[in-house]
Amino acid sequence: MGVDGNYKWVGKRTVRPDGTDKVTGRALFSADSSMPGMLIGKILRSPHAHAKIKSIDTSKAEKLAGVKSVVIGKDFPNLPNKTISIGILAANFSEMSDKLMARKKVLYDGHPVAAVAATTSAIADKALSLIKVEYQVLPHVIDVDEAMKPKAPLLHKKMITVGVDPAPTKASNVASRCEFGFGDLEAGFAAADVIIERTFKTKPAHQGYLEPHGAVVSVAEDGQVTIWCSSQGQFMVRSYCARLMQIDEAQIRVIPAEIGGGFGGKTVIYLEPVAMALSGRAGKPVKMTMTREEVMRATGPTSGTSIDVKLGATKDGKLTAGEAELRYQAGCYPGSPVGPGAMTAFAPYNLENVKTVGFDVVVNRPQAAAYRAPGAPMSEFAVESVIDEMAQKLGMDPIALRELNAAKEGTTAPYGPKFGPIGNEQCLEAAKNHPHYSAPLGPNQGRGVASGFWFNVGGESVASVNINTDGTAVVLSGNPDIGGSRASMAAMAAEVLGIDYDKVRPIVADTSSIGYNDLTGGSRTTFASGMAVCNAATDAVDQMRTRAAKVWDISPDAVEWSEGHARPAGPNAGDFEPMSLADIARTSAKMGGPITGRAAINAQGAAPGFGTHIVDVEVDPETGHVTVLRYTAVQDVGRAIHPSYVEGQIQGGVAQGVGWALNEEYVYGDDGCLQNTGFLDYRMPVASDLPMIDTVIIEVPNEAHPFGVRGVGEVPIIPPLGAVANAVSNAIGVRMTDLPLSPPKILAAIKNGS
Amino acid sequence: MPTVSMTVNGAEVSVEVENRTLLVQLLREQLRLTGTHVGCDTSQCGACVVHMDGIPVKSCTILAVQAADADVLTIEGVADGDTLHPMQAAFRENHGLQCGFCTSGMVMAGLDIARRFPDVDDATVRRELSGNFCRCTGYHNIVKSIVAGAHAMNEAGG
Repeated sequence: MGVDGNYKWVGKRTVRPDGTDKVTGRALFSADSSMPGMLIGKILRSPHAHAKIKSIDTSKAEKLAGVKSVVIGKDFPNLPNKTISIGILAANFSEMSDKLMARKKVLYDGHPVAAVAATTSAIADKALSLIKVEYQVLPHVIDVDEAMKPKAPLLHKKMITVGVDPAPTKASNVASRCEFGFGDLEAGFAAADVIIERTFKTKPAHQGYLEPHGAVVSVAEDGQVTIWCSSQGQFMVRSYCARLMQIDEAQIRVIPAEIGGGFGGKTVIYLEPVAMALSGRAGKPVKMTMTREEVMRATGPTSGTSIDVKLGATKDGKLTAGEAELRYQAGCYPGSPVGPGAMTAFAPYNLENVKTVGFDVVVNRPQAAAYRAPGAPMSEFAVESVIDEMAQKLGMDPIALRELNAAKEGTTAPYGPKFGPIGNEQCLEAAKNHPHYSAPLGPNQGRGVASGFWFNVGGESVASVNINTDGTAVVLSGNPDIGGSRASMAAMAAEVLGIDYDKVRPIVADTSSIGYNDLTGGSRTTFASGMAVCNAATDAVDQMRTRAAKVWDISPDAVEWSEGHARPAGPNAGDFEPMSLADIARTSAKMGGPITGRAAINAQGAAPGFGTHIVDVEVDPETGHVTVLRYTAVQDVGRAIHPSYVEGQIQGGVAQGVGWALNEEYVYGDDGCLQNTGFLDYRMPVASDLPMIDTVIIEVPNEAHPFGVRGVGEVPIIPPLGAVANAVSNAIGVRMTDLPLSPPKILAAIKNGS
Repeated sequence: MPTVSMTVNGAEVSVEVENRTLLVQLLREQLRLTGTHVGCDTSQCGACVVHMDGIPVKSCTILAVQAADADVLTIEGVADGDTLHPMQAAFRENHGLQCGFCTSGMVMAGLDIARRFPDVDDATVRRELSGNFCRCTGYHNIVKSIVAGAHAMNEAGG
């Protein structure tokens, strides 16, 4: 089975196994489960951006008829203040616990301070109104550049910047500094004929998953915990809840509900430990569901940023040096994605002299959560804007400038390693040759191009393939299906087993039914869990070959598996009638028992993804409104296991990137409170805001994966920010550096010419 | 508490509600029809769209008492027994979903678009669909699904 093979199921547009459930309303999302005697849990949240909690009086709430439990910060275990690694994640559980329920201070508008469980939603609301919290309001800071100033209000009085040598003696809001790069910047800039320096800003963007967070939690009398919730990783929920609540992982069973979108925002938990505390005290199951207002005030988003870029090039277009300083908002505790932002900023380019420095800065906002290619869209927006401007200054075509300097196999990435086979140049070439790139533009229209890079990741995955006695198979894996992964798992298993796709039933298993899986994130699922499924299917095939060998009384090595049949491997092996998977499965009781293939791996060899996007926009000079006219996205995915869902990932990433570039932003008042807490004025793209999105799939196989998968989901959100900004800049003749490019900013730019 | 009677997916129901009970709460919590989803509470996202007397409404901003005596159709009532409605089949076959959370509302909105524009094209679907959010697909395959579903309904004689 080579990576260049012709496949029966891999690469086909099969109907997804959960399709019927989702078009009939049968699929159960987090808010759709209920239990007998279930209570409704609700959270009281801080109305202040930054305040000391002087006292909390819950006595009146506790006395209200129908209220069964009330919890505040002191009801949760205090945990050591240190960072612990769990699989591909790292977490500080002291900080995580304080984010779930504030102890001494509230650090943002929306920070939980108390929670209640009551027999009805209305009683829970009434109980919240009876809790009296006395605050001492403190000065707040929400802008990253303001937060870095020496006299800024401090969120954490003992926070000393990590990564600076010697360590600072004074506390600040700068949690850490990171640095990447190599070469001689001074010499690089000295060799340049043209140097461009620009500062860019981006606003926090919410992941905008349509399903608000929700969970049903039951704590039984013996302490056994069952959690139904939607997340990007049922094992993540289990690990976090066990550590936060100080109980054994074996005591917790997390049953994954269908997940109504995540995009990184459901790689963390908000409700489950609170519901555990409420359920444990009340002795009844508790259901908690966030409102959209709670989602906006207190979950996600990704960081707002402030970024300086300096780029040098010779007059014939050779880049000589690149430098960037990145300042990312972490929210109330450390943890912005500035590290990956700094690593990815210049990654599409072959630079001899490069340096990026990143600062992780705490501000009085909700904790930043992962959002698709965490950190990369902002840093690559800044660099791709400067690349576009450089092409203009040099009088070069922007794709030609990128091709001349493209990272390729053997290029040292700015973050250290040498690239293996990558599809960066192929993407640029496909974009250049696409009819879109040479189509004529009208008045007030502009075209923008940008590239994007993401690492893609592997990690730990377990899969089982159970062969049924009727010749069908059940495939168990441990990653939630966010965007069609059941279909890709079933296709890969069917391909390896040699049976029809319809004979394979893929199951997303709960934490007590399968071994540990890292969460769905980093574009790892089709790569890593897909590899586990392939290995488990191969294990089942090996068992079936062995059984056929026994029947034929030949060596298992003399049995090959093809098209779902065990066959003698060549004339020397003997002349036997091939045995089908169904034949072997039917006799399993007599031949050693059930056939179950297993794989437990830490998948290595994740391979980077690159993409190049082209967008045409038209700017209305009277209103400043931007219309996206045409969009083409080219991406190397390694291998498209299911092309429709690969295209869907790309189209969805583009839509989110366009929203980030043009409309989406958080509006805070002078009081540090969020003013746009709903979808009316947090303006995500609707269908009428977008054109059809043309996709071009490039396949440069990743040799580490049985079918060549790289990963898809992250790359497509990266180029849109730069591509749209470049298109708007080219349409109005003014370089736009401050996202989102909302109408007032565009009108001001047209008026002022800068 | 008032009692409201209505027809839901062809069946007569009579339910005791509070004055403040929303139609979506009645459907989801009392009738356990959880295929109608709540995404925003404020009638932007469209995940809660149901038909009331043949007109699409956002059930998160309709009081249950306003639906008294109405004929309500939810996603659970769209298929004909085991046979998917052509609009549902179109979403399934055209990969018009990723996470599936918006899908119920999209199908309900799509049915109404198909009713009003039997020969609908991409541009009309995009314009008519601006009350329904999807964060996964970029709308591309949703637009294709609704066009395909409308045309299939047209061929089947509505």
